[in-house]
Amino acid sequence: MKNSARKTLLDPLLENNPIALQVLGICSALAVTTKMETSVVMCGAVIFVLTFSNLFVSLLRNNIPNSIRIIVQLTIIASLVIIADQFLKAYFFDISKQLSVFVGLIITNCIIMGRAEAFAMQNGPAPSLLDGLGNGFGYSFILIITGFLRELLGSGKLFGHTILPLVTEGGWYTPNGLMVTSAGAFFIIGFFIWVLRTFKKEQIEEEG
Amino acid sequence: MQHSVAYTIAFASLTCLICAILVSTSAVSLRDIQQMNADLDKRRNVLLAAGLAKSSEKLNAVEITKRFQRIKTTVIDITSGQPAQGIDFKNYDSKKISNDPLTSRTAPVNAARVSRIPRYIIVYQVFNAAQQLEMIVLPIEGYGLWSTLYGFIALDADGKTVHGLTYYKHGETPGLGGEVDNPSWKARWTDRIIVDDTGDIVIEVIKGTAGSPKESPHFVDGLSGATITSRGVTNMLHFWLGENGFEPYLKILRATHETSKK
Repeated sequence: MKNSARKTLLDPLLENNPIALQVLGICSALAVTTKMETSVVMCGAVIFVLTFSNLFVSLLRNNIPNSIRIIVQLTIIASLVIIADQFLKAYFFDISKQLSVFVGLIITNCIIMGRAEAFAMQNGPAPSLLDGLGNGFGYSFILIITGFLRELLGSGKLFGHTILPLVTEGGWYTPNGLMVTSAGAFFIIGFFIWVLRTFKKEQIEEEG
Repeated sequence: MQHSVAYTIAFASLTCLICAILVSTSAVSLRDIQQMNADLDKRRNVLLAAGLAKSSEKLNAVEITKRFQRIKTTVIDITSGQPAQGIDFKNYDSKKISNDPLTSRTAPVNAARVSRIPRYIIVYQVFNAAQQLEMIVLPIEGYGLWSTLYGFIALDADGKTVHGLTYYKHGETPGLGGEVDNPSWKARWTDRIIVDDTGDIVIEVIKGTAGSPKESPHFVDGLSGATITSRGVTNMLHFWLGENGFEPYLKILRATHETSKK
């Protein structure tokens, strides 16, 4: 039991990463990772929504009428997203302005619907909670790596603090403009998947 | 498991009710602090437009209030350009004024898609250390591609030269029209001239690059991939700086500036 709980929590980090293996949630991974600050806050919001949507869906799983189960899941997810969005607007106003629509778009993040439908509908509350946390961390893991590289290489900063002084500000570092655009995130995530699949050959998809 | 129709409907209603209660509780309980944030953000943007703050700076409430001491907030009557009598900016409620037919009117059909013009509107006057008027900051709003953009334009005391432009609220596409927030684009507005010699509004966001303010005083670089948002910016400036907007106020300002020069 203990083993399976750990598996549920840790598998989504590398073995079954929602972004790297399932290739879900790419949209927000491209959009919010230009800076560490926005990446971290976005991760927090996704972990919150994913954990609690899994928990509530799992608690209700035996009572949800099958014919309306998707819309019930969506109602729960949407409510959680609105609460997260309201909270960010109140306590992290600047960052929530930068994240703009992407907090609201967590509703359409495939990871969350995917976990509710694939895991929480079949499993009890405790494993579902762990699965939500695990997948949230798996998503965050990629976002933070991407955010780290993009902010460092794209603007020479981390969390807004200058690490590599820019040429334009009298330093030596010429920023890589590609990293500021969404295309930069594609390259980083692509490289990450490549490295991951070099070590974990079983993740390579069969060519059809 | 098969459920009856009545059960399904009851379940759906109950789920909606619980979710609605949770959502509205969070919205109502956090509203005050959100409103405070929005007000501070607005004042911060007045400072940004006036060049009294940099977009990279993190300002707390105390610092914003301190810098705001140089700024006098005045409510003016937009039709005459004179200070409004009997209205204080502290109890100025822009929504109420724009909705009341006594204090606002329907705007003529315009490209910026402004629907109502308030009779009373807030302007910010920035004074220098010698208590002379240095610049004014005017609120502007208008439609872009998806949304209404809200912002400020700061003009020098001559009423013609742009000091800065900033947007504090909009819902344009991030990365395209959303680039109206981009500090380097906003910096290109400084020193552009909004009117030609005859007093017509000629400032325009063009496609491509416009060059330095000396080469093309009336044109600003377009935002690439955001033709309609760029056009929206032009439209709202023409509307708000024109005869239905701040023109009476600006005329007084320009006249005062001319006489003070002599």
